[in-house]
Amino acid sequence: MAKNSLGREIPETFNGKSYIPYRDPHSIKPETFHFQRASRVLKRNYSGASKVAGGLREAIIASGLKNGMTISTHHHLRNGDRLLNDVVREIDALGLRDIRIASSSVHIVHAELIPYIRKGVITALECGVNGPIGEQISRGELECPIVVRSHGGRARSVISGEVPIDVAFLAAPYCDEYGNFNGFYGPSACGSLGYALVDAQYARKVVAVTDNLVPYPALPISVAQNIVDIVATVGSLGDPKKIVSSTTQLTKDPMGLLIAKYAAAVIDASGYLKNGFSFQTGTGGISLAVAGHVRDMMRDRKIKGSFGCGGITGFFVDMLDEGLFEGLFDVQCFDLKAVESIGRNRKHQEMSAGLYANPFNMGAVVNRLDCAILSATEIDVNFNVNVNTESSGLLLHNTGGHCDVAKGAKVSIIVCPSIRGRLPMVRDEVTTITTPGETVGVVVTERGIAVNDHLPELKAELIRRRAPVKDIRQLRDEIYAVTGAPRPVEFTDKVVGLIEYLDGTIIDTVRTVRA
Amino acid sequence: MEIVKKAVAGTMQSSDLMVFVEPADKLKVEIESTVIKQFGHLIEAKVDEVLAKNGVTVGFIRLTDRGALDYAIEARIETALARAGAV
Repeated sequence: MAKNSLGREIPETFNGKSYIPYRDPHSIKPETFHFQRASRVLKRNYSGASKVAGGLREAIIASGLKNGMTISTHHHLRNGDRLLNDVVREIDALGLRDIRIASSSVHIVHAELIPYIRKGVITALECGVNGPIGEQISRGELECPIVVRSHGGRARSVISGEVPIDVAFLAAPYCDEYGNFNGFYGPSACGSLGYALVDAQYARKVVAVTDNLVPYPALPISVAQNIVDIVATVGSLGDPKKIVSSTTQLTKDPMGLLIAKYAAAVIDASGYLKNGFSFQTGTGGISLAVAGHVRDMMRDRKIKGSFGCGGITGFFVDMLDEGLFEGLFDVQCFDLKAVESIGRNRKHQEMSAGLYANPFNMGAVVNRLDCAILSATEIDVNFNVNVNTESSGLLLHNTGGHCDVAKGAKVSIIVCPSIRGRLPMVRDEVTTITTPGETVGVVVTERGIAVNDHLPELKAELIRRRAPVKDIRQLRDEIYAVTGAPRPVEFTDKVVGLIEYLDGTIIDTVRTVRA
Repeated sequence: MEIVKKAVAGTMQSSDLMVFVEPADKLKVEIESTVIKQFGHLIEAKVDEVLAKNGVTVGFIRLTDRGALDYAIEARIETALARAGAV
């Protein structure tokens, strides 16, 4: 065990690999890990024949998948995805074991994988998870080492070859027999294929899986025939209606609206809300309410923004159509309105996870962000943010782009109610550090706004505007006065997961909760 | 004060609690909470305080808590006691 710079104990090795403890957000370079670039074997295919191998089982056999290898899928169909479950079922039927999953994310619907983890079909997760799998792992009820990565961090790990993907099974909603595909059209249209674009380029074998084989050529192309090995056909990739999570409505909760108002005041005071403004929000009710305020201010002041970014919602589509942004960078469509837009509007740009947020390249899109709204499950007095575990210690959420965007944006704004079900959200220590406080600009709760030390001008401007600015420790004290000080949750010494920072260093661990 | 009949107060919404009280020969308190690990000690202390304040020495008091704050715990217990004829 070694302590990282935030005081968290990090094991030197985990599941047979060695890791570097987190130091700071900036100093790690590709050379630190001796990375040059990933490459895959050059291939030659002089046949113009169809690449359709049959169904999933035939495609798995044709891919050469063997025991001990790593597979991936993308999560653009989110909780409506069928493909990962179907692939693992077929892998089991073929008698393969000891497979690693390096998908871009795993959702509640993938709880179906739990029996295959118990059976030894799946023996490691090279990706974060949402829901029951993480919960059971952190309770110590399920054995499966897990490394949680951000969207940018995952792109880095795949591109650099740290996580070599042997076979990528990529859901291809609009696909031809020679392997060209996009996500814009068809019964399982999910819009942007941002996460899959990385796998398509760097996996050793690429299988395009489609429920919608169209005549050659499938245009426009997101993933092209020259990097696709095999095409497989299935009855259904999933249900795009389940892309939308429950939280994509503007909040009506008065407390949420107050938080949104304060967050909008922070953006207004930041000085960036002028022509060329760039902005990212999540899908939460508060985030969308902030976006509503931003839209109104842009309209009133006739501001033309530069770009909206991230997972894209219909709200951003409306802003683009209204001319409030020059364009949208879309790594993932969060609702069907966004799916419809990306298929018709060239200014709604599909963006790979590498372009979005990989730290090891000549500049990711997050670097160009002015203001970003992010959520939190907990924040500590040093502005460190947890989004992975609940205060109960259970691993329930994936990182998403949280630490990538916090690092990239000039002003990253965390919006969070001060109390959730008696649990104080601003506290002495967070259960798990996802995002280092050094990269967090402002914390906004209904009880006040805390500004980090690296933004003194913003703090002074907010005070000048009589916004309710408070020291983050004062905020914590006020919250504790209402809730009482929580007793820390007790953990065992057993490390079951790592939380990787975007640069590949380890920022925290997940230990099993003491019953 | 005596609990003469069964009574209930509260809801199962987040940040609220339900309190069930019924007559019994001895005092028995059962607490179930979403935040038992973090706040079990404070919830217990609050329940004891409210029962003592209202002179309740016997009865079966059961709390199903969804992360309520102290004032909500106090109000829900007192309402349940009033409905049970104890206040």
